[in-house]
Amino acid sequence: MLQGNEAVVEGALRAGCRFFAGYPITPATEISEILSVKLPQVDGTFIQMEDEIASLGAVIGASLAGVKAMTATSGPGFSLMQENLGFAVIAEVPCVIVNVMRGGPSTGLPTSPAQGDVMQARWGTHGDHPIIVLSASTVRECYEVTIHAFNFSEKYRTPVIVLIDEVVAHMREKMTLDDEEKIEIFNRVKPTVPPEWYIPYEDTPRGIPAMANFGEGYRYHVTGLTHDIRGFPTSRPDEIGPFIARLHRKISQHFSEIQMGEFYQTEDAEITIVAYGCVARSAKRAVREAREKGIKVGLLKLTTIWPFMRSSVEKVLQSSKVLIVPEMNMGQLSREVKRVNRGIAKVITINKVDGTIITPGEIMNRITEAKS
Amino acid sequence: MAEITKLIHKYLRHDKKFPHVWCPGCGIGIMLGALIRAIDRIGYEKDEIVLVSGIGCSGRLPVYVDFNTLHTTHGRALTFATGVKLAKPSLKVIVIMGDGDAVAIGGNHFIHAARRNIDLTAIILNNSVYGMTGGQYSPTTPYGMRSTTTVYSNIEQDFKISELAVTAGAVFVGRGTVYHAKLLDSLIEKALLKKGFSVVEVISHCHTQYGRQNRLGSAVEMMEWQRDHAVAVEKAATMKPEELRDKIVIGVLVDKELPVYQDEYDKIRERAKETIRR
Repeated sequence: MLQGNEAVVEGALRAGCRFFAGYPITPATEISEILSVKLPQVDGTFIQMEDEIASLGAVIGASLAGVKAMTATSGPGFSLMQENLGFAVIAEVPCVIVNVMRGGPSTGLPTSPAQGDVMQARWGTHGDHPIIVLSASTVRECYEVTIHAFNFSEKYRTPVIVLIDEVVAHMREKMTLDDEEKIEIFNRVKPTVPPEWYIPYEDTPRGIPAMANFGEGYRYHVTGLTHDIRGFPTSRPDEIGPFIARLHRKISQHFSEIQMGEFYQTEDAEITIVAYGCVARSAKRAVREAREKGIKVGLLKLTTIWPFMRSSVEKVLQSSKVLIVPEMNMGQLSREVKRVNRGIAKVITINKVDGTIITPGEIMNRITEAKS
Repeated sequence: MAEITKLIHKYLRHDKKFPHVWCPGCGIGIMLGALIRAIDRIGYEKDEIVLVSGIGCSGRLPVYVDFNTLHTTHGRALTFATGVKLAKPSLKVIVIMGDGDAVAIGGNHFIHAARRNIDLTAIILNNSVYGMTGGQYSPTTPYGMRSTTTVYSNIEQDFKISELAVTAGAVFVGRGTVYHAKLLDSLIEKALLKKGFSVVEVISHCHTQYGRQNRLGSAVEMMEWQRDHAVAVEKAATMKPEELRDKIVIGVLVDKELPVYQDEYDKIRERAKETIRR
């Protein structure tokens, strides 16, 4: 039996994470506590910083020195991390941020679940930027998604955010750590050219330049200023434009590789529920109940939150006349669903922000209403 | 070739990044010179040095030198440096900050880095003003002085950066001025050689902003002020507090031994591995 937060730790260690910097916050604290025990056992480093700003700063520093690094927090701490998150985006530093979502705004509901940070994860840091955000609805997924998060961060040289909610983080489920070979571990591509030929932010067909670690002979400049391909600050429009375009392109052109989710009984579904996190569990149950009653309902479970799985939504729109989007917020990802839908199907939202979960019964009620 | 020319060729990204952004007469160049001379004397390899900075005039320093260079977010340089150092302890990590950077927005990181005694060297250029944004008052602007955001006079008391570092637990604290360039060379050299969190506060001048607004004259006149108001730490020990009120005490303020974070963490690793063996 493992807890969601424990599974995050196991996934991180399996992915090769050897550095963690964090600040205590409910309901993510277990991740810190367990890593403070396990990281020194594998010659890794755990440090408790003075705040969340410092935590992500240290994580970025460690990653630049060549060590896979992560932090874990909840809403209030995630707000503080937005500054350095932008730095990791522009300087293209791989790192993983786990946000165990709680009710907000502000201190909000420290021990209650919510999904209020979907848009903060997408747009929280200033400036136009791409981002990868993943979610988990089971303990096993906490493990797997954390590994994927590290893989994506290394592969695309980007921060990756894992959004889980208090329910999944604190829930205990049976899981075995038997998939040693199942998920391949990806490490950043290092330069193979001699140092004098190395161009640290050079465009490549994949849009992702090779990354040299500090101290390995490739002395280069890392900055949060908009920079040229050599890493030096620039204010030339002919250099800025291609740079920002590449930042977006390196994620968008690998869109299909980043998409992870599950189609559950959607082939013939007239009604499809689009859900993520702990709500997807209630939704799956509702699908089973509805099917027993002969209603053709399916579930599109989103594991990748950003970039939004528009092609998967388009796929369920081929058969579904109704989409139900239950979320533990006032309607954040449902906006994306509506945008992709463009009026094709009827989109029904279920929104709950009182610190309690959305039950299968509540979803079932909407299914029955939609059917009648 | 003259010594200075050799150093320029060896350490500056002279064919890439010049001219620099600093005003003629700025003290940052003197600090940069002192740092390079200290590094050269000690004989560090360029590959093993990571030079980290925050934001502001001082934040632009690393881009000009041929090390592993990291220009971070405002006030956060020490946090990035902490990550670099802990992840790869073989690297020599040097942090450059300004006064606003180190003790306003980064004040919390500064005292905690000192408290932890991580093996870093922090060099703080204190020119009593936010220069790059156009001359606003900083935490080290003295009481009664003018800036673009204290045009009627500054009513806040100023931080003494070195004393703050001493109290926060830094194992080496030295203060110099850009006028006393030779002292600066030796302070930075000592700080680099010290194991643990070492601080060098460099009193400098911003004649462009602070000097102009307070009618303190040119760069030369402001440097003469540094000369006239500096008191060696040994002499200061014999002086009364009221005599020291408008003086800058220069020299080594603290040089002590405390357990270094990385050494302690190595012990933690050993202990952690023992728990698995058991």
